[in-house]
Formats: sequence, C-alpha cells, structure tokens
Amino acid sequence: MGIRFAFFISLIAGAVVSYLFTGHPEPSWTVAQLDDYLLNILILMGINVILAVSLNVVNGHTGQFSLGHAGFMAVGAYASATITLLAGKSLLGLLSPLGLMAQPCLFVTALLVGGISAALAGLLVGIPSLRLRGDYLAIVTLGFGEIIRVVINNTDTLGGARGLSGVPPYTTLGWTFGIAVFAIYIVGTLVNSTYGRGFLAVRDDEIAAEAMGINTTKYKVTAFTVGAFFAGLAGALYAHFIGYITPEGFNFLKSVDVVVMVILGGMGSTAGVTVAAIALTILNELLRQTEQYRMIIFALILIVLMIVRPQGLIGDIGKLLPRKKGGA
Amino acid sequence: MSNALLDLRNVTIRFGGLLAVSDLDFHIQPNELVGLIGPNGAGKTTVFNLITGVYTPTSGGICFDGDSVAGQSAHQITAKGIARTFQNIRLFNSLSVLDNVRTAFNLHLEGGFMSAIFRGKRFQNEEARVRAKALELLEIFGLDSVADLPCRSLSYGDQRRLEIVRALATQPRLLLLDEPAAGMNATEKVELMKLIRFTQERFGLAVLLVEHDMKVVMGICQRIAVIEYGRKIAEGTPDEIRRNPKVIAAYLGEEVSHDA
Amino acid sequence: MNELFQQLINGLSLGAIYALIALGYTMVYGVLRFINFAHGDIFMLGAFSGLYLYNWIKPLTLGWPDMVVAVLVLFGAMGIAAILGIVIEKLAYKPLRARPRLTVLITAIGVSLLLEYLGQLRFGAAPCAFPTLVEPHVIQGLGGLRVNSVQLTVVVVTLLLLLGLRYIVMKTRMGLAMRALSLNPTAAALMGVNTSVVISFTFGLGSALAAAGGVFYASLYQAIDPFMGVLPGMKAFVAAVLGGIGILSGAALGGILLGVLETLVVGYSSFLGIPPGYRDAVAFVILILILLFKPAGLLGKTQREKV
Repeated sequence: MGIRFAFFISLIAGAVVSYLFTGHPEPSWTVAQLDDYLLNILILMGINVILAVSLNVVNGHTGQFSLGHAGFMAVGAYASATITLLAGKSLLGLLSPLGLMAQPCLFVTALLVGGISAALAGLLVGIPSLRLRGDYLAIVTLGFGEIIRVVINNTDTLGGARGLSGVPPYTTLGWTFGIAVFAIYIVGTLVNSTYGRGFLAVRDDEIAAEAMGINTTKYKVTAFTVGAFFAGLAGALYAHFIGYITPEGFNFLKSVDVVVMVILGGMGSTAGVTVAAIALTILNELLRQTEQYRMIIFALILIVLMIVRPQGLIGDIGKLLPRKKGGA
Repeated sequence: MSNALLDLRNVTIRFGGLLAVSDLDFHIQPNELVGLIGPNGAGKTTVFNLITGVYTPTSGGICFDGDSVAGQSAHQITAKGIARTFQNIRLFNSLSVLDNVRTAFNLHLEGGFMSAIFRGKRFQNEEARVRAKALELLEIFGLDSVADLPCRSLSYGDQRRLEIVRALATQPRLLLLDEPAAGMNATEKVELMKLIRFTQERFGLAVLLVEHDMKVVMGICQRIAVIEYGRKIAEGTPDEIRRNPKVIAAYLGEEVSHDA
Repeated sequence: MNELFQQLINGLSLGAIYALIALGYTMVYGVLRFINFAHGDIFMLGAFSGLYLYNWIKPLTLGWPDMVVAVLVLFGAMGIAAILGIVIEKLAYKPLRARPRLTVLITAIGVSLLLEYLGQLRFGAAPCAFPTLVEPHVIQGLGGLRVNSVQLTVVVVTLLLLLGLRYIVMKTRMGLAMRALSLNPTAAALMGVNTSVVISFTFGLGSALAAAGGVFYASLYQAIDPFMGVLPGMKAFVAAVLGGIGILSGAALGGILLGVLETLVVGYSSFLGIPPGYRDAVAFVILILILLFKPAGLLGKTQREKV
C-alpha cells in the first residue's frame, strides 16, 4: 500500500475535490477567479498542510530543529517557475503533439523539477548540519535559508529583488488537494514502518539509536531531503497559484509561520500538524486586515504554548517535555 | 589470543591531559561471561565506550572477530555484532515497548527507505516478520503483555529488561551490560543474575558485564578483570580476584555497594 | 593603502557594534546555555529608547554641552534596556528554566517577534530619523586618513565599555558569581550563589550593552526602524560563535572580525567578484564554516559529551 496506492488515492481525491468545488464534469485546469474567495483559502490551506507535514518530518519526527524551511519552498517555487515561465513557451511547443495534455504535462514536470531541486537543496543543507545539536542546528538552518534568499535576490535571471511575475496559474484545488493527500499519506505511513521508527529513535536518543545500529547521519539527511522535497512541491504550487514570487516572500518569517504550525500541531503528529495548518490558515485570513496583529498573536501563541503546553494540540511528546537528568 | 572474539591491545585514550585508559590488554572469548570491575572513576565506562565506538582510542587496537573496529562509528560496530545497554537507561521514550524493539531490527532490514515508500509484497512480509520476532523476544523476557504500552510506563526493572531485549534484537555476538544492577534491591539482583545467565546461554553470546555489585559479579562471571586509574591491575577467576591483594588494596576503605 | 585603512576603520566601528551585541549573547549563553533570539530586538529598543530620551530631555537641557547630553542619552537607553531585559527574562524565560533548550529557543523567537511587531505598532514601519548626538566632522589623520568623529567616538566608547565589563566580570563579586554560574550551575548554587539574581544581572548587563550598540548604530546610520535588530542580531550571534560562545573575549574578537570582514567584502566587492548584495550572506557563510571546522570557536575548547 505504498506509493502506488498513494498516487491512486491522491488522484481520486484531487479529482473529487475538483469536481465538487469547481462544478465541472472534468477537472478544469484553470485557477478559479480571484473573487472566488473560498477556493483560494482552500488552496492556501492545502499548501500550508504540505508545508507543515514536510517540516514535521525534520522537526517533529526526527527532532532536528530546522528554521530554514522557507528556503526549500523558495527553491521549489523558483525552479518550477523556471520551467513554466522562463522555458515555458519552448517546452509547450515541444509538447504540443500531446494536445490538451501538454499543459498538465508541463505542470507535472515543473512540480517534479521543483520538488527534486528542493530535495537537492535539502541534501546540501542536511549534510553539514548533521553534527550540530539543538539551537546550533536551528541557527545554521536559518542561515542556509537566508543564504538561499540572498542568492535569489542577487540573481537577475530569477528576477532578483523585483521577483518573477507572470507565472502561469496552473495550480488548482484539485492539484493542491491531491498533493496534500499524497504528502500526508507518504509521510504518515513512512514513519509507522520499522524503517520509519528509526527517525523517532534518532529524535528520542541519538546515542542509543546509534548503539542499536541506526545510522543517524543517514536518517537525518533523509529527513531533510524528504522534508525539502515536499516543501519544494508546496513552493511550486504556491508559485503557480499566486503568479508572482519574490525572495522576500520566502524569508525567515515564512519559516516561522511553518514552525508555528508544527509546534501548535505537536511535533511528530501528522494529524496534529494538518489540523494546525488548517486552523492557522483560517486565522491568517481572519487577521488579514491587520497584518501586525497577526504576528503579535502568533508570537503570543508561541510564548504561551511553550509555557503551558509544549507538546501542542494533539502532540506526540517528543523532545519538548522536561527530561530527567542523568544522561537520557 | 587470535581466536578471541574481542581483542583489545595496548589501548590508550587521553582526554586532553587526562589519561583515562592506558595500555589496556583485554580479551573476551566467544560465549564467555566476563566481568569488568574497579573503583569509581577507574575507567570502566570509558572502556565500554571505546569498544562500542563512542570514543576512538588515542593509540592501540581493538579487534572484533578478527576485524579492527577502533575508530568506527557506533552503528557500524553494532552491525559487526556488539550490542550494549546503558548505565542510565536510554530507551526511546516516546515509543511503545514493541516499537523500541522494532527500531533495533533496522540493522538487519533488507528494505530501506525506498521499500518503506513503495510498500510492496516483500516489504509487507518483512514487516510481519519483524513484528513476529520482536514479540517473540519480548515473550522470552515476559514483556509481551505490555508490548503496546509506552515504554515509560514500565517499572524500572522492566525497563532494564527491555533495554536488554532491544539490544538482543540487533543479533549480537557480544553483549555489553553497563551496570545493569544499578538501583535494584537484593531480590531484583538475584533475578538479574539469572536473567543474564539465561540470556547468555539462550542466545549463545559472549557477555561483558560492568558492575559495582560484587555479589552479582562474583556470582555469575567466569572471569573478571579489574582496572584502577585506567590500568588493568588483575585478571582471573572470581576466587582469584577475591584473594588478590592488589584488588583488595584498590578497594580498601572504599564503600562497595551493599545489598539494599 | 589609504583605501584599505579607511575600510578597516569602517569595519572597526561596525565591528564594535557587533561586539557589543555579541557580548550579550555570549553572556546569556554562558549562564543559561540558551540563545536569546530576542537579543537583537533589545538592540533595536535601545536605539528607540535613545530617540525618545533625546526628544524628552532636549528641551530640558538647552545650552548644555552636546557631550553631556549624549552621555545622558546613552546611559539612559542602557538603563531602560537593562530593565527591559530583566523583565523579559522574568516573564518569558524564567518559567522555562528546567525545560529543554529548544523550548526556550522557540519562546525567544516568540518574544523577538512580539517586540518587533509591537514596535511596528507603536513606532510605525517607516524608518525614523535619529538625532545627531555628536557633531559629525571629519578628522584628518596621518597620511591623508579621514576618520568620521562619530566612528571614532563609537570605537572609543565601546572600548571603555569593554573595559568596564571586564572590571565587573573579573573584579566584582557579581562577576565572580557569573563566572561560577557559567562553569557549574549546581555547584554555584550550592556555594550560595543566588542564581536568579545573577541571571537577572547578566540579562541586564547584556541588554545594556546591546542598547549601547543600538545608540551607536543609530548614530552612524541615522535611521532606525522596528526591524533594524533582525540582521545585526543574527550577525552578532555569528560573531559570538566565531569567537567561541560563552567566552567574553571571543565575543569581542568575533564582533570585530566580522565587522571588518563584512566591510572588506563589500568594499572590495568588484575585486573579489562578489556582488555587494551578498553582504548579509557573509556572516552566514562564516557561521557554517566555523561550525563545520571549529565549532568551539576561535578561542574555544572542544567538549565531549559524557555518555
């Protein structure tokens, strides 16, 4: 019941949702009009779910506190935009024999390119970060996220600080929902397998995990790579939804957004972070008029949560509860 | 001793200016139950950590079954066949009893990441097999009834046993036990002694036991090595060690742990 | 050659500011083993305190020499920041003393965001002009060297503050308590050190220094905004790690090195082939390199984990 099943249910889920919410007998490939407010919220929700679930692999399941997730999202966004926007015309020309399927194929390619580029970035970030613990790892991942942002800022082909506009609006609710279901399924089942228990072992006690034959290095790198892959997918979806991306949109604050979702949902609980992502998307919308209050509320959530209930809403206990002294 | 399972030759380790272990020669044969004792701070846990790859010796060699293992990482050494428990119990606290044991099966898992993603027939079979073997192990040690409980809810003695089960899941040929009697009362210690002997015989292991409690050590070990200030000062059968003047001198005036 | 010296002086004054902030990070890390993410925002609040203080006392001190007003503003800002730092510690960090360091880090991120966005609420997002406390004029030095008087003031006063800090840490009982606490909290407590008081003092001291940095930064760049502490804060943390986290001289050294390196990279950008837009990445690249190759920092000693 692995990836093939996941593809299958994601496809079904995507098609069903697409039909229900856009009312056509077959999925339409265009984003609904921007005044279709609810549709947009749902798409954002889906993207946030993918982000939260993917960060959870690193922060929650493997216990490696990453503060640079927005960087991977950025890589996915820009890499996919390169395919559809910058190379789009020529590629569409190449694919024209496929007729109606040309555009979806292009989009799929863009998504994959986005995901894989982000995964490579995850690999690059994961490897040097391995021997770092706790707060140091957090700062280094933050640093990597910033470096990615600065590099994009200074790269004119990617639009630099002005950003890239005119990214074709290929993202639909169907795609988003389908990929969200895919992410949830893959991550959820991965972690429950015997192999997947290894991630949790690394989180709970690295030294004991090593002693039980678990290559903690490999697990950490894998976690980063998988997390980055899905973040890249989310970024690609986002780029083709909003149509206009700038490096500033993928800064530290964006990483914090995702971190709040993961913490609120309980590090290590796929269901929890999904709910948290949905809840926070709604909260964001309610507070859209007052951007500064939104961040103040987020900040207060973080502070209060850490004092009162560090394990989040539906949390797994993981690393955030007080531990007994003496080596554990 | 070329047919020794574990062979330490001239092993030395320094931490900055501190010479924690110096010139240690030490061997363990297959199926032997050996004890390592010494006063507090003598370097017993350091020796442990050297063998299991947590530390790398400054000089000297460590061979396991003919292969050099000095300087290898902990998981590589475990793969070779050395497993351990910890002085302060280090279970995977967020996992259930069963899952603690399952994680230790990762070493011998045929399928890895890709297999877990694709979940084909082979994966399903392997998962079932791992589960069955894990439960079997738990049953041998009387823990199968609590398999799905969080491991934190177990009693101290049961947690110690779980640590042993988990170590056994890696299919070792040498099992290192780091002060397993710590925190136990007299009855529990007797149980422990039986447990260790049983484990050794049932699984055909060599066992290295680091322990403070003399009754436990003298009671089950076939051979005992004594270290003080990082040097081996005596080695022999329990009787020989009991009568060895150097050993007595090393412990003289020091409180050896009583029975509770 | 002149160009090089000029850049070095620029780097030195920037580095002095980084050093002041870095000291706060390193002191708190030494005593509590945690990265006070909100420290950079104390820097920002110090600058704003300076602004408001100046506006408040200006009409009261007409005719007083500029230097006196400047000193009043500086010390006033430092005092306000010290109190703020202590209050934040008591409210947000103290309840989490026994918790894992990661929990407190997350809280610190929350506090940082809170300060930034409350600041935005109160001060507005647009930059505010910072008053000139010291008349900037150019001092001609040897061989055509030109130093801005503000830069000179910053470097000199920073030096004085560092000396003052050294005195406190080395020669007073509180300083002794701080050092004891950073080496072994349990033993220190057993020896009668009032942990809470020392921690508060440490926060207060670190915050005061950061505020000084804020006033100097504001004097050099003349504009302040609620988010001005984000990048300098992160860079100062890198500086602390560069020098060796927990080591005071390391923070000072790291700060100066980072300031100079960053200025040189920008100043010689065409020569190095690195566009000046990458200035902010310099600190992060240094961070990654130092953590890869010498994680204990330039002046630090490696530690092993006991199993």
